Amino acid sequence: MKTDGLIAALAADTQGVSMPIGRTLGLAVAGGAVAAAIVFAIDIGMRPDVSTAITTPRFLFKLLFTLTLLASALGLIWNLVRPGAVSSGWLIALAAAPALLAIGAVVEMLVVPTSDWEHRLVGSNAYMCVILIPALSALPFAAVLLALRQGATSHPVLAGAVAGLVSASIGATLYATHCIDDSPLFIATWYVIAITFMALLGALLGARLLRW
Amino acid sequence: MAQLNREEEWAALMRAAIDGDAAAYRRLLESLSHSLRAATRRGFAQFGAAQNDVEDVVQETLLAIHLKRHTWDSSQPLGPWIRAIARHKLIDALRRRGRRIEVPIETVLDFLAADEPRSDLDRQDAERLVNELRGRQQTIVRSISVEGKSIREVAERLGMNEGAVRVALHRGLKALAAMHRRGHET
Repeated sequence: MKTDGLIAALAADTQGVSMPIGRTLGLAVAGGAVAAAIVFAIDIGMRPDVSTAITTPRFLFKLLFTLTLLASALGLIWNLVRPGAVSSGWLIALAAAPALLAIGAVVEMLVVPTSDWEHRLVGSNAYMCVILIPALSALPFAAVLLALRQGATSHPVLAGAVAGLVSASIGATLYATHCIDDSPLFIATWYVIAITFMALLGALLGARLLRW
Repeated sequence: MAQLNREEEWAALMRAAIDGDAAAYRRLLESLSHSLRAATRRGFAQFGAAQNDVEDVVQETLLAIHLKRHTWDSSQPLGPWIRAIARHKLIDALRRRGRRIEVPIETVLDFLAADEPRSDLDRQDAERLVNELRGRQQTIVRSISVEGKSIREVAERLGMNEGAVRVALHRGLKALAAMHRRGHET
C-alpha cells in the first residue's frame, strides 16, 4: 500500500474521534472509586468509633498520607496517559507521601516508648490490611488500566505502576476508615506492602498491556 | 520560525479535522508524512539501519497519529505531541532492527523542519500487512487506499450501508496498527 493510499483511508475513517482521553481517564478514576466505595460500604464498612477517631491526630494522619499519595499519583497519571515526556514536577510530587510517612514514623518513635514500638507496628489487623487494600483497589485498577489503553503512554511500565498507585491509594483511603490500627509505624509497614504490591502488579501489566 | 508557523498550521488543520473536515485532515496527513519521512530517514541513518523500510515506519506512525488523536489536548501545541509519537515509533522500529538506543534520540527528531515528499522506496511490508486483513476489511481498505474509492462507492459495490463500511474501515485500520506492533514483538 502506498502511503498516499493509507492517507486516503485514514481521511475516510470518520468513525468519529474517541472521547478526549482526559475525560475517559476522569470517568475511569471516578467510576472505579465509586465502585470501590460501594463494595466497601456493603462488605466492610467504617469502624464503629469513626466519629471519635476522626478527631485523633493519628487517624487524620493516616488519611492525609493516603490522600497525598492519591493526589500525586493522579497528577502523574494525567501526564502519563498522553504521549510525551513525564513532567518532572509530578514525579517529584510522588515523593511527598513517602516523605510524609517517614516523618510520621519518626515522630511516632519519638513520642512512644521503645517497648511499645513492636506492638504498634504489628497492630491487630495486619493480615486484613494487606488483603483488603489490594481487593478494594481491584475495580479502580481495572478501570484505570482500560483508560490507559485508550491513551498512548510513552512509558508503559511507569504508567502501569502509577495506575497501581492510584487504585491502591483509593483502596487504602477507604480501608483506613475501617482499620483500627492508626500508628504511622503500622501504616509504614502494612499499608506500604499492600500499595507496593499494587504498583508492582501495575508495572508488570503495564509492560504488556500498555504498548501501542 | 518557519517551524513554529508550520506547527501552528498543523494544529489548525487538526482542530478542523476533529470537527469533521476530511479535506483538512488529508492535507495535514500529507504534510506530516513528508516530515515524518525525512525524520525517519535521518533516524535510520544515525543508527545505521538500512533505509529500505522507512516507509513502513512512516505508515505505522501515521496510523498511530490517527488512532490516538483523541490523546492530543487541543489547548496544547500539536508539535510536541507529534514528536512524541514519532519518537515512540522510531525507537520501536530501531529496536525491532536490533539497534540499542542509548544516544538521546531527540536530536534526530528535532525534525519536522525538512521535507521528504517522495515515497518511492520499498513498501513490501505494508503490502503484506494489508494482505493479512480479514476478507471484508481487506476489500474495503484496499478499495479506498489503492483504488481511491469513496465510502459511498464501496458501500454500493459491496451492497452494504455506509455506516457498516465505516465501521469495517475503522476496524481494518486498527488491525493494521496491531499488525505493525506484532511485527515488532516477534
